[in-house]
Amino acid sequence: MKIAVCVKQIPDPATPYTLDPATHFVVRPAEQVLDDTDRYGIELGLQLAEATSGSVTLVSMGPAGNLQGIRQALAMGADKAVVVSDPALRGSGAAVTARVLAAAIAREGFDLVVTGTESTDGYSGVMPQMLAELLDLPALTFARKVSLEGTTIRVERQTAAGYDEVESALPVLISVTSGAVEPRYPTFKGIMQAKQKPVDQPTVADLGLDAAAVGAAGSGQSITAVRPAPERAGGVKIKDEGEAHLEIIKVLERTKVI
Amino acid sequence: MKIFVFAELNTAGPSTISLEMLTKARNLGGEVAAFAVGAGSDAAFATLGAHGATTVHHLDPGDALPAAAAAAALAGLVGDGDLVFFGLTQTDRDVAGRLAARTGAAVLSNAVDVKVEGGSVGVVNEILGGSTLVETEFTGSGPRLVVVRPKSFTAEAGAAAQPQVHTVPVPDTGRSGAARITARHAEESQGPSLADAAVIVSGGRGLGSAEKFGLVGELAGILGAAVGATRAVVDSGWVPYSVQVGQTGKTVKPSVYIACGISGAMQHLVGMKDSTTIIAINKDEEAPIFAVADLGVIGDVHQVLPKLIQALKAR
Ligand SMILES: Cc1cc2nc3c(=O)[nH]c(=O)nc-3n(C[C@H](O)[C@H](O)[C@H](O)COP(=O)(O)OP(=O)(O)OC[C@H]3O[C@@H](n4cnc5c(N)ncnc54)[C@H](O)[C@@H]3O)c2cc1C
Ligand SMILES: Nc1ncnc2c1ncn2[C@@H]1O[C@H](COP(=O)(O)O)[C@@H](O)[C@H]1O
Repeated sequence: MKIAVCVKQIPDPATPYTLDPATHFVVRPAEQVLDDTDRYGIELGLQLAEATSGSVTLVSMGPAGNLQGIRQALAMGADKAVVVSDPALRGSGAAVTARVLAAAIAREGFDLVVTGTESTDGYSGVMPQMLAELLDLPALTFARKVSLEGTTIRVERQTAAGYDEVESALPVLISVTSGAVEPRYPTFKGIMQAKQKPVDQPTVADLGLDAAAVGAAGSGQSITAVRPAPERAGGVKIKDEGEAHLEIIKVLERTKVI
Repeated sequence: MKIFVFAELNTAGPSTISLEMLTKARNLGGEVAAFAVGAGSDAAFATLGAHGATTVHHLDPGDALPAAAAAAALAGLVGDGDLVFFGLTQTDRDVAGRLAARTGAAVLSNAVDVKVEGGSVGVVNEILGGSTLVETEFTGSGPRLVVVRPKSFTAEAGAAAQPQVHTVPVPDTGRSGAARITARHAEESQGPSLADAAVIVSGGRGLGSAEKFGLVGELAGILGAAVGATRAVVDSGWVPYSVQVGQTGKTVKPSVYIACGISGAMQHLVGMKDSTTIIAINKDEEAPIFAVADLGVIGDVHQVLPKLIQALKAR
């Protein structure tokens, strides 16, 4: 089975990102990491590839930087990566990103597309469904458990109230929640091999897309203001010396909880 | 400009977020229609009407996962410049994504407010755990899709009004509509629901184990509160996803939120920081949760919670 997994490189979340004051775009350092939540999609892809003697191709859009995040993903065991990185893409909205990823995935060919449910930095949370529509696929979204039987994929789909059992025949797109699988740690061998694995970096033109229709201009949206949120009035902080529960009770009384 | 509000119909009626969005749409003025998906009923349509929908387009996709059919049907209804509201919930997100791809429309997600001024439509987003607000305007043509965070608006019923109901035939969506629901399961925990509870006791990894997480449930039981949790403990399997609070879980606004052993990651804060009063217990005095806490207790949950439970039981 040929599996495409969408992964994203993001600025290290340990250092909060900043916005360019002029363009309001997120400032992206050369050193980027793999979005932690993508490890679940990669793991699922690897498990299904192992079960079917298939392959896993990573698909990503964004400034390539030094490809550190992509190498992290390859080190887990994926076979190769396609990173669409083109200055024309600066400022692309979610809809443009979806068109670019769909074109890259279609060019590779696939039986299964795997994504996360939302990215850590962008969290539009609508990318998987946009991709499915553009690729004319059913989408088994918010999967917290996945099984493959022949050519039928079954998932437990998280809902607000619990979960639904949902199924579809291949080809299909799955968006996987964190916790659905236990991501493997890269081995030393995996890390060494990742350095040699092919990373294809097509431009927008290579994918047959019009550069004028992507990037900020093609996104139909523009940031008009960035401002600090109104701050919460500061509270009190106490150290528990054995009696702190009494202070909590005072607050519960004051707020008429008890 | 017409405003369409997506409304998922559950056994209990329209989703709460759909009523919040209808109220907002009604207050923005203009023509408001609901696009209702699921098994319908006169009561459900009346509820949509009371919250602002003058028209309800109703689609019942049966056991198909609804997104493909709903997006195809909506694409035929929405016109250039129309606003379409979705909630940040699973099914709403599925439909919003497919509709955006189908129509080529821009979609602005995670909105906490929507502003319409003259011809321009903009949304407000919270980033960096809610510390910074970003305003984004639609600039292109086509319909304008907005995905709204739950609890951004307050649902208020207006005068009862029976809306005009149009039954939407299920469009044939071929391969993209092929996913089927074979069974549905509810996992609601006991006691008040997270969405409606006046008091929430929420626990994080600081509780240490699934067994010790029981302290959170015990305190909630005594206070008549709902139990909440961080994603870290949901991922560990201590509690079901349905109690997760935060960016990818539920957004809550209780009068009192008690955070036990929770660090206060940005993705958790956006789901609870608008609670009226926040009490936090954490042994790390630098924990970010203290930045939003009205009462911060630097202490060990295994010391503080048993004493608190004991004292409350003794009352
Ligand atoms: C895309 C994305 C979406 C996410 N969505 C969500 C979401 O919806 N909701 C959510 O909650 N998280 C979400 N997260 C995860 C989030 O980033 C944090 O990892 C998570 O909230 C941390 O949970 P925690 O506070 O329980 O654990 P930790 O961050 O590990 O914190 C545990 C805390 O407990 C304290 N502690 C330890 N022992 C004790 C003790 N004995 N007594 C008192 N305190 C103690 C520690 O000092 C620490 O502060 C998301 C992450 C991503 C990337
Ligand atoms: N630039 C990107 N490159 C590759 N995959 C992406 C990108 N943006 C989003 N995705 C995928 O879509 C999912 C949802 O992302 P988002 O819509 O940004 O919340 C992520 O978990 C990724 O799998």
